[in-house]
Amino acid sequence: MQYVLAIWQREIKSYFVSPIAYVVLTIFLVLAGLFFYGNLTEVVQFTMMQAQLGQGGQPIDVPAYVAQSLFKTFTVILLFLIPMLTMGLFAEEKKRGTIELLLTTPVGTSQALLGKYLASLTFLLILLVASMVTVSPLFVFGQPDWKPMLAGYLGLFLYGAALLALGLFISTLTENQIVAVIVTFGASLVLWLVNVFGTVFGGSSSGPAREVVDYLSVINHLDDFLKGVIDTSHIIYYVTFSFVGLFLAYRSLESMRWKG
Amino acid sequence: MIEVDHLSKVYGERRAVDDISFTVGKGEVLGFLGPNGAGKTTTMRMLTCYMPATEGTARIAGYDIFEQSVEVRKRIGYLPENPPLYPDMTVDGYLNFVARIKGTPSSRRGGQVGDAIEKCDLGEVRNRIIGRLSKGYRQRVGLAQALLNNPEVLILDEPTIGLDPKQIHEVRTLIKSLASAHTIILSTHILPEVSMTCTRVVIIKKGKVVAMDTPEGLASQMKRAERVSLTVAGPVDAVRAKLSGIDGVLGVQAEDADVPYSNYIVECKLGTDLRRVLSAAVVGEGWGLLDIRLVSMSLEDVFIDLITNEREEGATAPAAEGGTHGGGDAGDAGAGEAKGEE
Ligand SMILES: Nc1ncnc2c1ncn2[C@@H]1O[C@H](COP(=O)(O)OP(=O)(O)O)[C@@H](O)[C@H]1O
Ligand SMILES: [Mg+2]
Repeated sequence: MQYVLAIWQREIKSYFVSPIAYVVLTIFLVLAGLFFYGNLTEVVQFTMMQAQLGQGGQPIDVPAYVAQSLFKTFTVILLFLIPMLTMGLFAEEKKRGTIELLLTTPVGTSQALLGKYLASLTFLLILLVASMVTVSPLFVFGQPDWKPMLAGYLGLFLYGAALLALGLFISTLTENQIVAVIVTFGASLVLWLVNVFGTVFGGSSSGPAREVVDYLSVINHLDDFLKGVIDTSHIIYYVTFSFVGLFLAYRSLESMRWKG
Repeated sequence: MIEVDHLSKVYGERRAVDDISFTVGKGEVLGFLGPNGAGKTTTMRMLTCYMPATEGTARIAGYDIFEQSVEVRKRIGYLPENPPLYPDMTVDGYLNFVARIKGTPSSRRGGQVGDAIEKCDLGEVRNRIIGRLSKGYRQRVGLAQALLNNPEVLILDEPTIGLDPKQIHEVRTLIKSLASAHTIILSTHILPEVSMTCTRVVIIKKGKVVAMDTPEGLASQMKRAERVSLTVAGPVDAVRAKLSGIDGVLGVQAEDADVPYSNYIVECKLGTDLRRVLSAAVVGEGWGLLDIRLVSMSLEDVFIDLITNEREEGATAPAAEGGTHGGGDAGDAGAGEAKGEE
């Protein structure tokens, strides 16, 4: 475990020594702020229109609505940023030859993997905590229910963790981090859009094939979280997804050792 | 300390290392000598547990490289062909990190790092960023890293490659100074390196061990003829004819045949010393004898002998120009053509 900690610490430091940490944090916060503003004005205009037209009905819960649509935009932003967090994790080790150092000390494959994965999860956590800045005005100007938001954050974290595991695996396949970032983004996008493809090609027909496609989509499992519902089946999906990613990364590193 | 037992590695179709066995005793410095592509790096990667062997095994300090890989990894210091450095770290930060992943307890880490820095003479750069250091310094940081946690065995893959002559000298001196405290295997494709630093040599070619002995032992074992070098002022063809006619002379080669006096290498039957006869013959003809001496066969000649397939009988190997003249690149192709002066 001390080895995992050593790897974790080095990796965190290296995020902040290189520009990556700052680039990712800045992009995330700027985009989050813009979208927050956009969503808010949109909702406000909508409610004002509703009031002018004199339609009764339920007034919409502005903070909840804004938070939910903001979280949806977070998922898109993360789709772009997460590949940047994982691209170098192993690709750079392979390029520099430091992988040979890690694997010939008592650290070994699984602890190196774990340390790096935990470092990327830590950075994800930092991002999500920083994003609370953009949500905080809702608390200043209103009393939104914080429980659904917490569920939303849990969902975002699990979703991010799954994509990080995927990126980690892809980073073991190449020495080139640009290739890693592009392939990770592409693969994440495909996993995002499988249900869209499903709708396009399969129409609205339901069936086992359709169910499988819907199940695979990384984004489908997030909806409930964003509505404030924590469903174990979705947690299981993301955790399984992450484990599969880590397992593939492990196998890929081991096979690299055989092949040289 | 190190027992290599019928170790082989197959990459797809190619046998990069083919059934090699040797042992290294405690305190020895073993030179692992072979042309590029001979399988040196592959062997070292197996010994350091980076790469599993296809067949065979090895034990280091009594532990099996496959079955007890963690124990082995705790006891080795490894300098890969390219020093495994993180360019964004400082020398100090890097060495502390490596000490940590080698399992050095934090109480002893500072002392270990300080020792390694001192041994490798890195004091001046300890707070510098590795990415901005010169090649020579980086190599030394790589060596310092291998020394951390005081391993019983050091495995150094071409530790002087890519350095300038002064740096090469420094690194060799450093390696020699380490020999008292560690058992060392170092690989090289450069000959003077082994005669300068090693107590024993294993020569490999195309993945197979072709010779194993002390540097001196190898030279005498492979000796096929006595050689005498003469410098004579006189007509080249006549001198050559005269010398060739002497009983016991196997062959004569003239060098620098244009100048007023020429140098001749005379190969004589093993176990003879023909210096007296040769000088008498030269002086008897009225030519000037400017120099005469016995030449011992250099390790380089042995090496070229071993890594080229066959040496034509009687022909002399190209004279070694000393310095860091490489042993020719036998490469992957048939090693027969490797006898070039590249
Ligand atoms: N990862 C690899 N995959 C396939 N062939 C390899 C690999 N690594 C080395 N080889 C081949 O194995 C042989 C030995 O290589 P190597 O051990 O690097 O030799 P050396 O270190 O003596 O120069 C060479 O012919 C090389 O081309
Ligand atoms: Mg090599």
